[in-house]
Amino acid sequence: MGHLDRTVRSFLLAELVAGMGATLRAFFKPKATINYPYEKGPLSPRFRGEHALRRYPNGEERCIACKLCEATCPAEAITIESEPRDDGSRRTTRYDIDMTKCIYCGLCEEACPVDAIVEGPNYEFATETREELMYNKDKLLANGDRWESVLARRLELDAPYR
Amino acid sequence: MVKVTVDGIQVEVPNGSSALQACEAAGKEIPRFCFHERLSVAGNCRMCLVQVVRAPKPVASCGFPVAEGMEILTDTEIVRKARRAVMEFLLINHPLDCPICDQGGECDLQDQAFGYGADHSRYREAKRAVTDKYLGPLVKTVMTRCIQCTRCVRFATEIAGVPELGAVSRGENMEITNYVEKALTSELSGNLIDICPVGALTSKPYAFTARPWELKKTDSIDVFDAVGTNTSLQVRGSAVLRIVPRVNDEVNEEWLADKGRFAMDGLKHRRLDRPWVRVHGKLQPVSWQDAFVAIGRRLDGVPGERIGAIAGDLCDAESMLALKDLMTALGSSNIDCRQDGAQYDVSRREFYTFGSGIAGIEDADALLIVGSVPRQEAPVLNARIRKRFIAGGRGGFPIGMIGAPNADPTYRAEILGDGPAVLAELRQGGHPFADVLKAAKRPMIIVGHGALVREDARAILAACWALATEVGAVGPEWNGFNVLHTAASRVAGLDLGLLPGPGGRSVAGMMSGGVDVLWLLGADEFHTAQIGAQTFVIYQGHHGDAAAARADVILPGASFAEKSGTYVNTEGRVQRSFRAVMPPGDAREDWRILRAFSEVVGKTLPYDTLEALRDRLAAANPVFRVIGGRDVSGISDLAGPAGDPGAVSPAPFQPVIDDYYQTNPICRASPTMGECSRIYVHPQTVAAE
Repeated sequence: MGHLDRTVRSFLLAELVAGMGATLRAFFKPKATINYPYEKGPLSPRFRGEHALRRYPNGEERCIACKLCEATCPAEAITIESEPRDDGSRRTTRYDIDMTKCIYCGLCEEACPVDAIVEGPNYEFATETREELMYNKDKLLANGDRWESVLARRLELDAPYR
Repeated sequence: MVKVTVDGIQVEVPNGSSALQACEAAGKEIPRFCFHERLSVAGNCRMCLVQVVRAPKPVASCGFPVAEGMEILTDTEIVRKARRAVMEFLLINHPLDCPICDQGGECDLQDQAFGYGADHSRYREAKRAVTDKYLGPLVKTVMTRCIQCTRCVRFATEIAGVPELGAVSRGENMEITNYVEKALTSELSGNLIDICPVGALTSKPYAFTARPWELKKTDSIDVFDAVGTNTSLQVRGSAVLRIVPRVNDEVNEEWLADKGRFAMDGLKHRRLDRPWVRVHGKLQPVSWQDAFVAIGRRLDGVPGERIGAIAGDLCDAESMLALKDLMTALGSSNIDCRQDGAQYDVSRREFYTFGSGIAGIEDADALLIVGSVPRQEAPVLNARIRKRFIAGGRGGFPIGMIGAPNADPTYRAEILGDGPAVLAELRQGGHPFADVLKAAKRPMIIVGHGALVREDARAILAACWALATEVGAVGPEWNGFNVLHTAASRVAGLDLGLLPGPGGRSVAGMMSGGVDVLWLLGADEFHTAQIGAQTFVIYQGHHGDAAAARADVILPGASFAEKSGTYVNTEGRVQRSFRAVMPPGDAREDWRILRAFSEVVGKTLPYDTLEALRDRLAAANPVFRVIGGRDVSGISDLAGPAGDPGAVSPAPFQPVIDDYYQTNPICRASPTMGECSRIYVHPQTVAAE
């Protein structure tokens, strides 16, 4: 009996129709894909993308060269050198992140006592050469300036959970 | 001995111990801020509270004497609560600026707040702020961080002997200050940085440079004086960032002189990093091979007695032995390690070492200092003399000084006179201080280089020895005859016999054309202008200082931080340092340079490794077999050094150091030491600005 049943189904193309049915149903559902790079998916405020060094609203850089990010970085991607600035304050003379070493764990951001180093929402920083991924202080500060409004908003959204 | 129980553990401690010492003996850690083993007890931080059974309230263990059968509890709820409360009070006015504080990572307050404090702060009110004080070019102050433990005040008063710090006002308004805006006049001021438990006193030259966890630590020996202070070189990458003392109770306790601590920034300036050869009156950079060939060509045909060598003050024993072996191979006996022209009797080690030992100062009960300013020549040793002076109480440790009447030794010393004539008076008897020395059980005599660099040095040395035997300073039980050296390499040089051989020339003899070829191993502390115009000078060293400017060939060597070396301190204690960084550029370790050159002239030295050289060192003088230790023994043979004790000239002793901060090539290259020299030694130039 089972043999007859299978033969009939096979001749009536039942599996094929079921499969086409699934396709037809999906045809009327909302799309799962997006048209990247013209469209982008939603990001959590905690998304850990490209690093940036932030400034205070008066333009003073936040980083005070405490070196906690350097100490906590599990990939040892951060290199900092510091000395007293002319006004006697503690500042970095060098703040480098090797983005090829970085594992985007976000510990630097966690360690920072002044919210200076943050991982922003930007994930589109692919480059053609490795050298371009060796970020220095200028690059990181430029990132901060470019993304400041977004970065501040993200910190604000995440603040209640910290 | 008293039997005490600490947390159920029975311990026996000496009478008069504090409860804190009893707890330490039982292996219990007691948090503390104001208490320091080498300072007097203040008992003002209250962090060391413990519970004593049957006492009504917790007691500060640092100042609480133990009694027989006392039971101490260090880990009860009451103690924990008391510590948390004390910590909360201390943190009320302590700023939350750990991220920008140089003490961060090695801060007692940070560690103990983590270990014994509460997990959050209840304090919402305003914190106090205190103006920073000026303590000179070495110590940076952030007085808002101060927790008023008064360790610095006690250090300055008790150890350094410069009572320039104090506290004004009381309660919350209490401030540590130096009353007037003036640099701290101590050669030990750097130790304030180490004893400050918080970040109130930090190092000015090292400010914001690095964090303690970034630094690689290498054991080393301070080469800027002859005390042989044990140090730790702290390195990041290729730079020595700071030098801190290691604890060695036999030598330096836990102090380090300012020169040894702060001169290391000279290692980055004026370095010789490639060989140079003078061609037509101008120095040209060349390869090692060309430099060796140039020397070899000049040496060709020069008889051994026309070749000379001088070893400098910072040399390690290995390179000095290699130099001596090279000179012997070249047939020369013109070799000297005494740039300052000092004269010694090297027939016995007692005649040129600090016999009683640095720790032995504490056993002495009277002291005579002849032609020396220990405060300048060996600040750490001077602190030991002061420690003994304080322990002696009023008149308990009489100190007499001959020479240096204007120097403040930091303890009360009776100035007996300014020249060696006083020695004869002391020996004739009737002099009041002679009676003091005779009455003492263990009198000490320190002979400095102010006495030994003179023409009549041998006579003075003999007179001092004669006086020592007459007053009982030397004997089978006690050796109180001490020579205080100023150069780190000197005792090793004398042990290895870097002295003119039979018919050989001394430093003075090698000047003015005394030799045709002169090899200087880091030797800069003599008048290079006196070298004969026709003399071919080879300078092997690490800094472009006076002698390098005169040199015809420059061979770049390694500084103390860049080679493993053996040093013998003024006591005759053999100590080893290790390499912390690599020499810059083409520079090489000094013994390797000498070994490589010996091959070029066909007199290959018989060692290829440092181990082989050290075996040779031990064979050359058995004292190099014992590292770190030192025999403390009396003298049975009382025969004195060669010299006629009566043949002294009446000229007053001259101090050998006129600028403490500029005594060697590394110091002279150091911006920090230059600044210190400007402020401390030449204050008139600062005032003129």
